[in-house]
Amino acid sequence: MIEVRDIQKKFGDTTVLKGITTSFRQGVTSLIIGESGAGKTVFLKSLVGLHGIDQGEIFYDDRQLGKMNEDEQKALRTEMGMVFQGNALFDSLNIEENVIFALNMFSEMSAAEKKERADFCLERVNLKGVNNRKPAELSGGMKKRVAIARAIALNPKYLFCDEPNSGLDPRTAILIDNLLQEITHEFNITTVINTHDMNSVVEIGEHIIFIKDGAKAWEGGGEEILHTDNKAVTDFVFSSELFRKIREKS
Amino acid sequence: MQNYFYFSDMFLITWIRTLGRYWLMLSRTFRKPENWNEYKKAFFRDLDHLGVDSLGIVAVISIFVGAVVTIQTNYNLQDPLIPDYYVALAVRESIILEFSPTIVSLILAGKVGSNIASTLGSMRVSEQIDALEVMGVNPHAYLIMPKVVALVLFNPILIIISMFLGVIGGYLAAYFGIFSTQDFITGLQLEFNAYYVSYALIKTVVFAFLITSISAFYGFFVKGGAIEVGVNATKAVVSSSVAIIVANYVLTQILLV
Repeated sequence: MIEVRDIQKKFGDTTVLKGITTSFRQGVTSLIIGESGAGKTVFLKSLVGLHGIDQGEIFYDDRQLGKMNEDEQKALRTEMGMVFQGNALFDSLNIEENVIFALNMFSEMSAAEKKERADFCLERVNLKGVNNRKPAELSGGMKKRVAIARAIALNPKYLFCDEPNSGLDPRTAILIDNLLQEITHEFNITTVINTHDMNSVVEIGEHIIFIKDGAKAWEGGGEEILHTDNKAVTDFVFSSELFRKIREKS
Repeated sequence: MQNYFYFSDMFLITWIRTLGRYWLMLSRTFRKPENWNEYKKAFFRDLDHLGVDSLGIVAVISIFVGAVVTIQTNYNLQDPLIPDYYVALAVRESIILEFSPTIVSLILAGKVGSNIASTLGSMRVSEQIDALEVMGVNPHAYLIMPKVVALVLFNPILIIISMFLGVIGGYLAAYFGIFSTQDFITGLQLEFNAYYVSYALIKTVVFAFLITSISAFYGFFVKGGAIEVGVNATKAVVSSSVAIIVANYVLTQILLV
């Protein structure tokens, strides 16, 4: 479980995160939604410690991130997996080397065990026969799946995804969403996903946080969001004709 | 007048802040690796990429500059009172003391420096450096240390090769009609001071450190996109070249005077 208490983040004079408090449970797919520029990416990067926070506390199963020394933070990070918006695959390495990168760094596995783990992770994201290809040779959806395979290679306890289906066609986007939810349940991971894709909300949203102008404007379950009266949420969620019709029907 | 002080203060503050960030980067770079084997692989990859791949350009430039220095020195020492072999002596000293360590390092600042800055800059803007950090890998150490160590170890080898080929270039210029190759060889052996080679190699090691660390600094902290990567690669080349020129003066003052 990840607990966030009243976190604030400033860049110069601009306050980007304004006192967000929430928690993310194990085995649940949590979605952070909001307009572009609302502070979702800063929130996610603050959660993993890529951005230091100016106020508040973040707890990983009762371990406070801000009070950890460098070695403790490193140890915590080996329990994390992250899928970046632009995939962040290492260009100079092939797909298999990308997937086993963290294993090479931190595990005592033999070469055969690492290969087996890479094959397992790649098969889990429905990718076969791409081990020796370079990231540049893959499509956007395939790269995203490799990024997920790399993120789960070390059996993480916490999985973070920043816009995992941005730039993908609707069919591939749904595949990625479902894959993330399956992995969350299968491995009992605490998963936090940043998205502004309403399809994701409907497909996999078990716990949703709506961020507006750097503050938490709403929090609830996937079903609740379709029936909420919160104006900020309804303006965002039902901005498309399709979702307005879904709401009317439900 | 007030404006002048304001801008000079701002310049000084920016400069001190940049220097502080550079030292912080260095302090995070030279840390214990998470896994020696992976760092060793990165070291050999960088050795090949930054060092061995530079052999071609260093060889071509050294041969031709050696030949041109010989022709120009011979042209300027046309005097019946100066024996021909003094030309070779002057060429040898020019190549060992200045051309090979300093000019070749400046050329490498362009080739290797822009390569390091643009590679790290691209990794920064495509979040690959963030990905390393989230995995628990120290990105400063993993990305910068192998490059620094590779070039610091390989640059002296490159410079020794450059010295050798520079002299060969001079010999070829003599062979193709300036003066007798026998005089050239006599001049080469005349009053040889081995300390000059040590001095050149010490300079080379310092220059290699400056090229890699300054270029890495500009690449590692890129903010923005492709344009900023290009801008920072240029800054890396300019700054490391200026640092080489200044360090060259300081080291010469310390080691030769």
